[in-house]
Amino acid sequence: MAKSPATPEQLEADYGPHLNYTPEGGWSKESRTTPDRLVKTHCCFCGQQCGIQLKVSQNQVIGFEPWEEFPFNRGMLCPKGVKRYLQANHQDRLLSPLVRTSGGFAKASWEEALSLTVRRLREIQERYGKDSVAVFGGASLTTEKAYLMGKFARLAVGTRHIDYNGRLCMVSAGTAYKLAFDVDRSPIPWSEIPKAQVLFVIGANIGECAPITTDYIWRCRDNGGKLILADPRMTPISRNADLFLPLRPGTDLALLSGMLHVVLRDNLQDDAFIEQHTSGFEAVKASVARFDPRTAGEMTGVPPEAIEKAAHWFAKADRAIAMHARGLEHQSKGVENCSALINLTLATGHVGREGCGCTMITGQGNGQGGREHGQKCDQLPGQRSLLDPQAREHVARVWGITPDELPQPGYTAQEIMNAIHAGEIKALFSICFNPLVSLPEADFTREALEKLEFFAVTDIFLSETAHHADVVLAGSLQEEEEGVTCSAEGRVIHIQQAVDPPGDARRDSEIICDLARRLGKGQFFPFTTPREIFDELREASRGGHADYYGITYEKIDAQMGVFWPCPTLDHPGTPNLLLGGVSFFPDGKCRFQLAEWRESGDPVNEAFPLYLTTGRVVSQYLSGTQTRRIGALVDIYPEPLAELHPRLAEQYGIADKDWVTVTSRRSEITLRASVVRTIRPDTVFVPYHWAGRKSANMLTHRTLDPRSKIPEFKVSACRIQRASGPIEGERD
Amino acid sequence: MHGYEFYVDPSRCIGCQACVKACEECETHRGQSMINFDFIDRAETIATAAYVCWHCDEPTCAQVCPADAIKQDEDGVVHSALKSRCIACSNCVLACPFGIPKIVPKYEQMMKCDMCYDRTSVGKRPMCATVCPSQALAYVKTEDIAARREKPSNIFYFGNQKITTQVYMMTPPDTDSVTLDITAFMWEQTHAGR
Repeated sequence: MAKSPATPEQLEADYGPHLNYTPEGGWSKESRTTPDRLVKTHCCFCGQQCGIQLKVSQNQVIGFEPWEEFPFNRGMLCPKGVKRYLQANHQDRLLSPLVRTSGGFAKASWEEALSLTVRRLREIQERYGKDSVAVFGGASLTTEKAYLMGKFARLAVGTRHIDYNGRLCMVSAGTAYKLAFDVDRSPIPWSEIPKAQVLFVIGANIGECAPITTDYIWRCRDNGGKLILADPRMTPISRNADLFLPLRPGTDLALLSGMLHVVLRDNLQDDAFIEQHTSGFEAVKASVARFDPRTAGEMTGVPPEAIEKAAHWFAKADRAIAMHARGLEHQSKGVENCSALINLTLATGHVGREGCGCTMITGQGNGQGGREHGQKCDQLPGQRSLLDPQAREHVARVWGITPDELPQPGYTAQEIMNAIHAGEIKALFSICFNPLVSLPEADFTREALEKLEFFAVTDIFLSETAHHADVVLAGSLQEEEEGVTCSAEGRVIHIQQAVDPPGDARRDSEIICDLARRLGKGQFFPFTTPREIFDELREASRGGHADYYGITYEKIDAQMGVFWPCPTLDHPGTPNLLLGGVSFFPDGKCRFQLAEWRESGDPVNEAFPLYLTTGRVVSQYLSGTQTRRIGALVDIYPEPLAELHPRLAEQYGIADKDWVTVTSRRSEITLRASVVRTIRPDTVFVPYHWAGRKSANMLTHRTLDPRSKIPEFKVSACRIQRASGPIEGERD
Repeated sequence: MHGYEFYVDPSRCIGCQACVKACEECETHRGQSMINFDFIDRAETIATAAYVCWHCDEPTCAQVCPADAIKQDEDGVVHSALKSRCIACSNCVLACPFGIPKIVPKYEQMMKCDMCYDRTSVGKRPMCATVCPSQALAYVKTEDIAARREKPSNIFYFGNQKITTQVYMMTPPDTDSVTLDITAFMWEQTHAGR
C-alpha cells in the first residue's frame, strides 16, 4: 500500500533535497542590516541548544546574530547553527498537506487531509483493534509537543504503541542512570567540566557532535586538567588528548572493567564513599576480577600500560569527570557499558562533589526534554513509569480520566517497525522522525513501510520516509512555535516563536489538537497556545523526578534557563542532581550495577572480518532532513565516505577517493574511500546522515540492547572491496 | 580594539568551519568568506587550522601593491584592495608571508579579512571569533587570554624578515616569537644574530 507513489527522481525534483545558499531576498537585501527584530532563542539542532538571535524581517528569518549573554555558549555556534536560518523560506518546504494519488502526491486541503487521516485510523482500529495503530514522535519537538504526543497516542488514538526517535539516541544511558541514581539526566551542569583535574571521554566525538563542549574541555586543560580519550578513531579533540586509548569498536565494557580492576587491585577506590553512599559494590568487584589489564588489553586492543595509566589518573585525581555519548551507548550492551562507567565513577568517589561526576552528552535537540514527559512507550509525564499505579492515578487525575483508561506500555521504536513488518501493526502516525534513514537495516524498514495500510506523516520537508506516506501534514519549524526544550546539561530553555508557518503549513500542536478533536477527544485537547500545554505539563510532572511545576516561561527568561527538578515557583532549579552523593532513590544511595560482558549482535568472523562503526559529521544533523538542504553545510561534507586506515586500504588495493564497496550481512553500499591514518586498521567508519544507496544504515543490524532497546549502530561486521564506480543509477 | 585583541590558536581548532561559514554573514562582504582554513594533511592527522589576516604593523601586501590599493586604517586594520584601484595583479598574494590575500575572480579584486571592521569598529566582536566553538579564534581581553596554557606572541620571523602584527598567535609558554623558517634554527643564522 504505502509504496512510494513516484520515482525517486520525480520526488527529488518536486521536493528536494535542493540546496539553499542564500538568505531570503539575497545577500544584499537592505533588511539584513536593519531587521525588524532580533529574537533571542536557541539553535534548532543538537542537544547543546546554543543561544542564538534570529534576525527577522517581514515575518521571515533572514539571518542570525550571536547571543553572547546566554551563559552556555556565550555566542559560540557550530556551522549548523550559523547556517540554520537557510532552512527558512526553503523551496522544498511543505506549504500545504499532501495526499497520495496514483501519479504522485497532490496538494490537499486540511479538511481533506485530516478527515482522511481520521477515517483511515478509525477503520483500521475497528477492524484490527486499538493497538493496530502506532505513533512515532521525535526528540527535535519541543517538550510541549512531546508531551502532547504521549497524550494524543494514549487518549485520542487509544493505542499503547507510542515511541520516538530518541530510542535511537541514548536510551541506554538513560536506563543506566535510572538504575544507578533513579533519575535520567546529566547529573552535572557543564560549568563543572572546567573544574575537573581529569576528564575521561569515551565514545564521544565532541568536536563534531557537541562542538561547543570543546571549549569547556579546552578550559579544563587551561586549568591544568588532563584529557583521556577512548575512541576507535582519532576525532578532532584527540589532538589535545593527554592519553588516547584507541579501543576496538564494541569493547568499551572491557576497557571500563579493566580500569575498575586496576583501581581495586591498586587500592585506589574511595572506601568511605562506597560505604556511605552506595550499594551493590561487592558483586561488581567480583565481576571485574577477570579483567586484568592484559586481558582487557587483548579484548580492546589498548595497551595494558595505557589502561593502567588511565585508571590511575582517573582514580587519583581529587576531581574527575567521565563523559560519554553514542559510542558507548549505541551497542547491544549499551546499558552495561554505561553502568560500567558509572561503577568506575562511584568506586572512585567522583560523584556529588565540585568538578566531579559522570555525564551523558545528549545528542538530539530536545533529546533530554523529549524523554521526560510521556513520549516514551513506558512513560508518563515527569519521568514517571506507566506501570506505577500512583503515577497512573496522578496523571489520570490531571487529564480528567480514570487510570484504567491509560493503556499499558507498548513497543519501542524498532519493535514498532518489527511489528509493522510482521503485520501486527497496520497504521502509523509519525511526526519528526525519518526511520528510513535512522533505523538500522534500511531495506527492512522500507519493506515494513510498504506494508502499512495507512501512513500519515507530519513534517516540514518531505523526508525519504514521507515518500511512503498516504497523507503528509505540513507542520512547523522550531522557529514557528513557542515552547521549551531541555538541553544536554538539564537546563530547561525557552524557544521563541520568531515567525508564523508559511503558506498553509500549521503549527504542530494545532495539527495534533485538531486531529484529537476529530477523533472525538477534543475535551482533553482544549489548547490554543503552547503555554496552555506547558501549564498542564507542569501539573502532570508535579511530584515526579522531572518536576517542572516551578518552571515558567518568565522564570526561564529571567534566569537564562532553569534546571529541573524545580518543584515550586520560588525554587531556583537544580543544576547539580547528586550533591553530596545522594541519589533519587528513597534511601538516597547510588547503586552499583553488574555490567557483564556480551558479544556484539553482529560478530566479526572470517567472512566479515572488519568492524563497521557509524557516526556523524559536524556539518550534518541526524537523518539530514533539514541539513541536507542547506548548501553551505552540504559543501563541507557533501556525501558519505568510507574511512579506512592506509594499512587496510593497501591490503585491498584501495587509494584515497577510490570507490569501495562495504558489505555487511544485510546489504552493501558503494562509497568513495577516505584513507586516513586516524582510524583503527580493523575498522571502517561511515557517517549515517544520508538516504538511498549510500546510506550507512543499509548495513547496520537490528540487534537491540535487551533493556533499553537501543540498536547497535556502533558495531557491525563488514568486508570491503575496491569498486570501479558507484552502483548503477547513483551519482558520483 | 575597544580593549579586545584577536588571538589565533590552531592547536584548539576542531575543523568545524563555523568561522568560514559565519564570515559569509558579515555585512561588508556578504556571502564571501575571508577565513583561511586548512586541513593540514587529512591523510595523516585530524589537525586543522583556521586563521584570519594577521594585520601586520607594516603590511607587506600594501608595500608591494603597484596600484596603492591596499590601505591600513587608524586602528591598524588592513583592508581588502580598493575596488577602484585593484588591478588583480596578485603581487600581494605572492608577497604576503602568511598567504592571506586572495584574488576573487568574480570581482577581479583582492579580498581579505578586515577583522569584521563593520563590527569591531563599533565595539562588536568579529563573527568568526564570536562563534568559534573551540575558541581557536578568540577576540577577548588580555586578562582572559592570560588564563590559557599557551602564551600570545605577535612577533614572527620569516628568515630575516621580522614582522609584528595586530593579531596574536598562541604559542607554547616558553616561546617569545614564532619562527617559520628552518634557517632560523641553523647555527649560521643564530650566530649571525637575529
